[in-house]
Amino acid sequence: MTLWSRVLGSGGPRVEREGPGGENRATPGVRVEVQRLNKFFGAHHVLRDLDLTVDPGETFVIFGPSGCGKSVLLKHITGLLSPDSGRILVDGEDLGAGDGHRRFRLAMVFQSSALFNSLSVGENVGLWLKEHRICRQEEIARIVAEKLDLVGLAGKEATMPSELSGGMKKRVSIARALAVSPNLMLYDEPTAGLDPVLTEQIGHVIADLKRLKITSLVVTHDLNLGFAVADRLGMIHEGRLIETGTPAGIRATTNPVLKAFLSTQMKVLEGGA
Amino acid sequence: MNAIRERLERFFRGVGEGAGLFLEALYWCKAAPRNLDKIVAHLLQFGNATLPIASLMALFIGGVLALQTGSRLADFGLEGNIGGIVGLSMVKELGPVMTSLLVAGRVGSAVAAEIGAMNVYEEIDALKTLDINPVRYLVMPRLLASVIAVPALCMYVNVIGLVGAAIVSAVNPQIGVSPRLFRLNFQEVVKFGDILDSLIKSVVFGTAVALACCHVGLRTTGGPEEIGRAVTRAVVLSFMLIFVLNYVITRSLM
Repeated sequence: MTLWSRVLGSGGPRVEREGPGGENRATPGVRVEVQRLNKFFGAHHVLRDLDLTVDPGETFVIFGPSGCGKSVLLKHITGLLSPDSGRILVDGEDLGAGDGHRRFRLAMVFQSSALFNSLSVGENVGLWLKEHRICRQEEIARIVAEKLDLVGLAGKEATMPSELSGGMKKRVSIARALAVSPNLMLYDEPTAGLDPVLTEQIGHVIADLKRLKITSLVVTHDLNLGFAVADRLGMIHEGRLIETGTPAGIRATTNPVLKAFLSTQMKVLEGGA
Repeated sequence: MNAIRERLERFFRGVGEGAGLFLEALYWCKAAPRNLDKIVAHLLQFGNATLPIASLMALFIGGVLALQTGSRLADFGLEGNIGGIVGLSMVKELGPVMTSLLVAGRVGSAVAAEIGAMNVYEEIDALKTLDINPVRYLVMPRLLASVIAVPALCMYVNVIGLVGAAIVSAVNPQIGVSPRLFRLNFQEVVKFGDILDSLIKSVVFGTAVALACCHVGLRTTGGPEEIGRAVTRAVVLSFMLIFVLNYVITRSLM
C-alpha cells in the first residue's frame, strides 16, 4: 500500500490516472500548463501572456511583489476567474472548455483561511465529503480525524473556528483541502498575517505534505517559506513570469529584476531579525 | 443624463440578477429533502428571532386598531361591527405586511450580513472550490425556511392581533364589545378567501425578503464596512419590495 493510498485514499475513489502521454501514473499529482494567459481589470492589464508549466507531484512556488497578479493566477486555475485570453490545461484538459466537470480534484488554501465560522472544525474539514455524499457519517468522522492528525490538530473536531489561532485556522484549512483528496493543491499566501513561529509551523506542514506527491502551487511573498518548500520557484513581475528555477538556480540568478527583489527581501529579513 | 442611464442600468441588472437567483434557487429546491437539517435550523432561527417581538407587536397593533376604530364606531352606535373591521384590516393588510417587515428587519438583515461576510472573507470562493453550489448551500434553505416561516408567523400575528383587539374592545368602556360578539362579527365578515389572501401575500413577501437579502449578501464585496452597508441595502430593498408587491397583489386579488 502506497503512502498516498494509506493517507489520502480513504477520502474518495483511488486516484490511478492516465497521463496525457498515455502512461499510467501512480502519483496523484497532475500537470498544470498555463498558456499565454491574459487578464484585464478595466484598463489594468494584470496578467500578460503568462506561461507556466508545473509537473505532476511538483511543489511550485510563485512569488513576486504585491499586486503583480499571483493570486489572480490562482483564481484562474480554480475557475473563480475567467481569462480574457489564453488557456489553462490540467493533464491536457482545457479548464475553459467542456461542461465544467473536472476529471481531477482541486483544493485551495485561502489567504484568509476561509473557514465557515458557523461550523465546527470537524464540520469544516468534512464539509466536502458530507455535501457530495462521498461516504457515511462514521467514515467522514474517521477521515476528518485522520486529516486533522496530519496537520497536527488531532482531537480538535468540536472546536469552533473563533477559538483557534491564525496558524491553527490555516492548518484546519489545509486539512479541509486534504479531505478532498486533491490532485492539485493551491496555497494563496499561506503564511500571510502569521508571526515567524506560526509561519515556520505552516512551512513544516506544507513541506511535510510534499511526500504525498500532490501537485502544489504556492503563492507567497515570503521567500523563506518559498525556498523551504519549493521544488521550483518562479517570479511574477508586472503580470509576466520572468524567471523560473530551482531554489539554488533562483539564488544564483543574473536577472536584474529578480536580483533586486531578492536583495530587498533579504534586507527586510535582516532588518526584521 | 449619464447618471440616470447608469442608475437604470443598475436597476435592470439587479432585477435580472434577482430573477436569475430566484430561478436557480427554485431549481435547487430539488435538493431540499437532503438539506432538511439546514432548512429546520433556519426555521428555528426565524422563530427565535421574531416570535417574542411579533407577539408584542401584534398585541399592540390589534389593541390600537380596536381603540381607534371602536371609539369612532361607538359614536354612530356601530361598535358591534368592530370584530369584522379589525379582522379584515389585520388579516388582509397589517398581518402579512407587518410580519414581513419584522422578518426583513430581524432575520433578513442577519442573512445579508452573514452571506456578505462570507463573501468578503472568501468563504463563498471556498464553497465554489469545494464544488458546492452557493445557491444550493446558502440561498435555497433560507428561501424555503422563509416561505414556510413567514405565512406561519403571519397567521400567528393575525391571531394575537385579534386577541389584542378583542381585549381592548372588551375592557374599554367607550367600546364595550364582549369577546363573543367580537368573534361572531369577525366570523360573519372575514371569509376563508381573506385568510387565503393573507397567506398568498405572506408567501410572496417571504420569498421577496429572502431573495433580496441573499442577493445583496452575495453581491457584497470589499471590506467589513461594506457588510454594514449591505445590511442597510438589504433591509431597505426588502421594505420597498414588500410595499410595491403589496399593492400589486392587493390589486390583482380584488
